Amino acid sequence: MEILSNLALGFSVALTPFTLMLAVIGCFLGTIIGALPGLGPSNGVAILIPITFTMGLDATSALVLMTSVYYGAMYGGRISSILLNIPGDEPALMTTLDGYPMAKKGRAGDALVLSGVASFVGALLATIGLMFLAPVLARVAYLFGPSEYFALYLLAFCTLGGLASNNQAKAAIAACIGLGIAMIGLDTVTGMPRLTFGNLHLMDGVDFLVAIVGLFAIAEVFFFIESHGKDTSIGVKLEKVTLPIRDIVSSGWTMLRCSVLGFIAGVLPGAGASLGSFLAYMSEKSIAGPNGGFGTGVPKGVAAPEAGNNAAAGGALVPMLTLGVPGSGTTAVLLALLMTLNITPGPTLFAERPEVVWGLIASLLIANFVLLLMNVPLVKIFVRVLQVPAWVLLPGVTMISFVGIYSLTGSYFDLLLMVAFGALGYVLRKLDVPTVPIILGILLGNEMEENLRRAMVISDGDWTYLFSSPIAIGLWIAAVAGFMAPLFLRKLLKKPQMITD
Amino acid sequence: MASDRIFGLVVVLVALAYIAGAMQIQTSFMADPVGSKSFPILIGCIATICGLYMLVRPDPDPEWPDLKTVGSLAVAVVVLVAYAYALKPLGFLIPTAIAAAILSYQISPRPLPAVLTGAGLSAGLFVVFKYALGLGLVAVPKGWLV
Repeated sequence: MEILSNLALGFSVALTPFTLMLAVIGCFLGTIIGALPGLGPSNGVAILIPITFTMGLDATSALVLMTSVYYGAMYGGRISSILLNIPGDEPALMTTLDGYPMAKKGRAGDALVLSGVASFVGALLATIGLMFLAPVLARVAYLFGPSEYFALYLLAFCTLGGLASNNQAKAAIAACIGLGIAMIGLDTVTGMPRLTFGNLHLMDGVDFLVAIVGLFAIAEVFFFIESHGKDTSIGVKLEKVTLPIRDIVSSGWTMLRCSVLGFIAGVLPGAGASLGSFLAYMSEKSIAGPNGGFGTGVPKGVAAPEAGNNAAAGGALVPMLTLGVPGSGTTAVLLALLMTLNITPGPTLFAERPEVVWGLIASLLIANFVLLLMNVPLVKIFVRVLQVPAWVLLPGVTMISFVGIYSLTGSYFDLLLMVAFGALGYVLRKLDVPTVPIILGILLGNEMEENLRRAMVISDGDWTYLFSSPIAIGLWIAAVAGFMAPLFLRKLLKKPQMITD
Repeated sequence: MASDRIFGLVVVLVALAYIAGAMQIQTSFMADPVGSKSFPILIGCIATICGLYMLVRPDPDPEWPDLKTVGSLAVAVVVLVAYAYALKPLGFLIPTAIAAAILSYQISPRPLPAVLTGAGLSAGLFVVFKYALGLGLVAVPKGWLV
């Protein structure tokens, strides 16, 4: 019954005309962002945060707007995957495997509608799961002390590095870059400047938004300059859109299974949506067997990754809201949003600011229905967006990034830093070094160090205190396993490569 | 092979410099068992180990762009740096039009669409930011409008 009263509170916040309007605008913008090749949930949300912040929205409204954008971008990502064979981000890669062949067979409309419904099922189930699981986990989180939090952060880095990248050493380097940058600025305990090298601009540390926009948005521009926007023009035409009821019904179980799987993958800290869509696709592929035709454009192959992907996006909100540990690149960006709005995620958020949490959950439920409407009957509008040429889109993205950061901090130094992060992001991605651990490191670095130091103060310097509780030991074991296991499993679970024409 | 070796070497050097920098951190009277040096030094050490690992076990080289593309990338970086410096003293409209036009030209080298993109983005974004979103942007420096 508690959930019902909480939900009533949430809907009383979310159903005000203003919040509702923000949710609709967010869904619309998000779907466009997701559909645009070269923009995905993470960089799309990243460039919008500084602007939302400068607009002076209150915490709940800003959160509703940005999570609608997040969900919308997750939905919209499938449009460019299916029609252009260009995944907007990593999790959408799995959708291209069957979506693009299906579109080439002349069933582009069916693929879009089917994946829209699959997205809806995945996201709706995950939001309901979030509703039930988050309060429970929030209660467990009260048991977490400094040593548990330290181990939890470590787990996030390890699973992210182990599962989401191809080379553990490179993922660890990325995490170190992020943590190292987080150390710059005033020491939180002693108040003394650290590693600023006498530069006054660095006294406040490096703003995580500057790093995020640089690494995600500016780096993308460099990639488009390298390819001269050539990848963007080929694509499949969309003729008529009908409701493929037979396909939807026949892949019903697939959607349900994949939603559950995706949700679980999303809840794991550090694993996130990429793992969700990957596991969903691979498990359905093995259930269907070699005669299932996966990879040739079967409806189930379109439904599976989309349900898994969107369920994982919802699941990733669970550790983000209850523990302050993001489960994916985009939730890392959302965590940055919370921190900008001065909301501290964690168990106290549920107790002290229920209107924020439940308002958010209620607007996610509303956003889902809005998105289903936008993405099934109105999908043709968004397909138009794909025709925006890269030579207009990317300069536009750059200018929006500059204005956003500039109006947030008003300093040319931060703009220079953003360009530097963009160049760094380009080189690192070329070298196959993942950039998400860098963001995570910058976001969590100070918290991680503070918890370590607090633990050592409590135990008076006895390091065995870090392993003193069952929860902490469990997290350490999971961290080591998450980091090492892919070394042995990599041969078994080979990622499918993108198909080329 | 070579790219990863160079990258590993850079990581090792930067990490060692970082450790050296961390050693220099001044401590204050408020001391705790860990102190403000240990965590940065630990990060530096882990990065050094990973850098060394990459020196020993590098991945195959990625496909680097040709010299001409590297040139356009360098131009893009210079343009963005100049834009960062110009935004405050020269106002929004003119630097944005120039920077957007050059970036557009770098992605698709056709002069007329590039110039139109620059002008359109500059004017369009200004209207959106200033009037729809209410951000405090300066169109052109005050002294220029007489």
